[in-house]
Amino acid sequence: MSGVFGGGAPDVIVIGAGIHGCSTALHCAMRGLKVLVIEKDHAGRHSSGVNAGGVRQLARHVAEIPLSVYSMELWHRIAQLVDDDCGFTSDGQVLVAESEAEYDSFRARVTELNSFGFSHEELIDARELRRLVPAVAETCPGGIVSRRDGAALPFKTTQAFRRKAEALGVRFCEGVRVTGIQAEGSAWTVSTNVGAVRAAKIVNAAGAWADRIAADLGEPVPLEVIAPMLMITARVEHFIKPVVILRGRKLSFKQFANGTVLIGGGHLGRALRDQNTTVLDWAKLAENAKTVWDLFPIMRGTTIVRAWAGIEARMPDDLPVFGKSRIHEGIFHQFGFSAHGFQLGPGAGAVMAELIATGNTNTPISGLGIERFAA
Amino acid sequence: MFRRLPDLGGETVNFTIDGRPATARLGDTVAAALLASGMESCRTTPVSGAPRAPYCMMGVCFECLVTINGIGNRQSCLIPVAEGMAIETQKGARSIASEYSAKGDAA
Amino acid sequence: MKTIKDVAALSECYDLLVIGAGPAGMAAAATGAEQGLSTLLIDENPAPGGQIYRGITTTPVAAKETLGADYWRGTDLVRDLTASEATYAPETTVWSVGPAAEGPSDPGRMEVGVSVGGAARLIQARQVIAATGALERPFPIPGWTLPGVMTAGGAQIALKTSGLVPDGRVVVAGSGPLLYLLTAQLRAAGAKISVMLDTTPHENWGRAIRYASDFLRSPYLGKGLKLLLGAHRGMRIVRGITAIEADGDSRVRSVRFRHGSKEEELPCDVLLLHQGVVPNINLANAVGCALDWDDDQLTWVPQTDEWYETSVKGFTIAGDGAGIGGAESAALRGRLAALGAGHRLGRLSAKDRDQMAAPVRTELMRAGRGRRFLDVLYRPAKAFRVPKADDTIVCRCEEVTAGKLRETVALGVAGPNQMKSFLRCGMGPCQGRLCGLTVTELIADTRGVSPNEVGGYRLRPPIKPITLGELAALPKTPAAIKAVER
Repeated sequence: MSGVFGGGAPDVIVIGAGIHGCSTALHCAMRGLKVLVIEKDHAGRHSSGVNAGGVRQLARHVAEIPLSVYSMELWHRIAQLVDDDCGFTSDGQVLVAESEAEYDSFRARVTELNSFGFSHEELIDARELRRLVPAVAETCPGGIVSRRDGAALPFKTTQAFRRKAEALGVRFCEGVRVTGIQAEGSAWTVSTNVGAVRAAKIVNAAGAWADRIAADLGEPVPLEVIAPMLMITARVEHFIKPVVILRGRKLSFKQFANGTVLIGGGHLGRALRDQNTTVLDWAKLAENAKTVWDLFPIMRGTTIVRAWAGIEARMPDDLPVFGKSRIHEGIFHQFGFSAHGFQLGPGAGAVMAELIATGNTNTPISGLGIERFAA
Repeated sequence: MFRRLPDLGGETVNFTIDGRPATARLGDTVAAALLASGMESCRTTPVSGAPRAPYCMMGVCFECLVTINGIGNRQSCLIPVAEGMAIETQKGARSIASEYSAKGDAA
Repeated sequence: MKTIKDVAALSECYDLLVIGAGPAGMAAAATGAEQGLSTLLIDENPAPGGQIYRGITTTPVAAKETLGADYWRGTDLVRDLTASEATYAPETTVWSVGPAAEGPSDPGRMEVGVSVGGAARLIQARQVIAATGALERPFPIPGWTLPGVMTAGGAQIALKTSGLVPDGRVVVAGSGPLLYLLTAQLRAAGAKISVMLDTTPHENWGRAIRYASDFLRSPYLGKGLKLLLGAHRGMRIVRGITAIEADGDSRVRSVRFRHGSKEEELPCDVLLLHQGVVPNINLANAVGCALDWDDDQLTWVPQTDEWYETSVKGFTIAGDGAGIGGAESAALRGRLAALGAGHRLGRLSAKDRDQMAAPVRTELMRAGRGRRFLDVLYRPAKAFRVPKADDTIVCRCEEVTAGKLRETVALGVAGPNQMKSFLRCGMGPCQGRLCGLTVTELIADTRGVSPNEVGGYRLRPPIKPITLGELAALPKTPAAIKAVER
């Protein structure tokens, strides 16, 4: 039955070749499992290939911090993992406070995180902020830094995971669309536009399309398809090292080694997932530009050369759906990363592979399961 | 590289290139004015620092980028030269500090 | 015609927006306004004419014979435009075209980002005609980035707009009827062109000959003969050129070329390159129009219906942007496009539209006669489309070489968009305008598949760069304000 997919019968079928699907496939292969990845476009075609590339533990919801911290360890030895540096640099990420009130709330957050035993976020005063980000507007009273954070190149990273997975025997079928999943004895049959294939374990890592698979399995989720927008400037001389983000207004801001500056932060365009395209909302990009105009006065004359959006999934609570199916043995979900899943990719793949192979994991993932959406 | 046909008439426009005074004919684009003034190149590239000069003269190639009145990366082949214009050649990736001097007003 | 030079003077919405004031755009705008459509014609140049009639209202080159009768034919188009009710916005760039936000509005309605003199704005148009014309095909040879090397069309523009002629030892190189025309114009203006390097492959003659009968009955024959005869007087023409290389330091100093088994080197102060023109499809691509590879013209051509409407409803492409046909054909196609738009806007019945179009279509047939012969004869040689030498720069902005591209194809990078992520080719300020065709053909050649299979760059707006300050100051549109209030 698995003829058109080549090779022998897989142990695991991963649906979706984004950073999460590729990472899970790689880690399953490292545990000796036979894996088939089915992707309707090509690996990294959507948000995994075109996101802002932030590698951030900073400012995350407590529920996903353990996964993020685990992932960060993998990022710092990413070249050993996938034989490619993925363009990863670690110059820290800084959450800038735009007002005294905001700064007070930051202080409270760091104290709270410390009480849970997390020490990656560090409160900094105006002087240290200025030292890290000299170009920031003088009105900013301080911020939080996460010094081991950084950034990487999304498409390069996703491709590196895919290549390494392939080297370890994972089969990738691109341009193949999943049309249904049926239970068949103790295994699952995945139907596609080119034929059917069977495996005992299925991972739903289909990103913005994952709700359709979940619904097909009788586990509907309130997934929203979103298109976060990004824009990039022409090359300018180097003036900033860490990634800068804001809390009150939407902004993420990063200068690459080549001098271009990436501006994002989660302003949404229109996602047309059935057409595989997005429509930019220039009024919102203008708002985004205005935020940069305020925060980095020296950016005012730089040229915007490109803007785009990637299609991805957001859950109502902005947390991923991660873990075993609520109702089915052998079904696993890994989607809905709500515009901050790139950093989690390496670690989430490792934890998912652990779950699949052993049925359990030591990394706390409670609060991320699909059961939270059960009626 | 280029010379002006004789007896064209027309008004003269005064401008500067990197602070040095120069003249053009009213109706010239900035790129044409640079070619007429004997400039060999208008910028160096941000990648290797190689010199570049206008190539297509019709807004396609972006080789003729210069800083005009403090605003960088302008396509000089599309902009008419004007009296008193300050034109600067660009060296590699533009220093961001020079852009700060170009104040705009965001409403 | 009303001329606008301030972004605030633009209306919120136009029935018809025409982008580009060359022959197709001028004809489309005049025809649209004639039907009573509120029509806006936007152009990034200071005066109408596009490239073929560049500077027609302003050129200091007074002697009519220098630029030739075909050039001055553009005067009629300018006259019709000036007499019309269209609004004309010169020195204005269009940096984005996309579907307008949902609402009760008509389905084809577009939101258009425009910029005038450092101020940006979003307006709407119920129909858009892109008359973005043609650009010269990339000519990637070693040394083509040196100052002093430019397109022959670029030199022609300097002549038309400013009365400038290339000075010193001038060499022209390439292929095609326009190369001969541009050379003749420059020489008539007084440029001393010492040598012409003709890269037309000998074998093209054999292929073209079966299309010769149409050509022999077309006006191209007379014009062509005159240019050919003129070219031989006082200029050395070297045919069968198979390789060209520009050498120099801070600028070009010499040109090396091969013909047959011979190699020669000549001192050179200005090298002008030209091997035909191709549709300028950047805007169409960014808007999402379906494109096909045309193996005769070796370029992408947008899919259009008989009124030049693309796969994107309400977005029409008129003139050379929809496939190279020349200036006369462009103006006719501009008229047809505007009639089509007028019908879609309910201004013209299908019957009236067809009746008005009939004589234009007859003219169009006549104007196209003989072109097929020229297309086949002057199909540029592969050596000048897919550079053999590995150190030849393909992407001028990011300085990506042919060798680097071939190496990356070998890594399994199968298409231009993945190539962008790996090498940054096509990601500089020109956004792939100048390397797109070369990158597609080079990948196709290396992989041994067709360009159609490889595809082209997926272009991202802004189609023209805007400054962060300009974007930040974008006035809120009434539609955006409504969306917030809702």
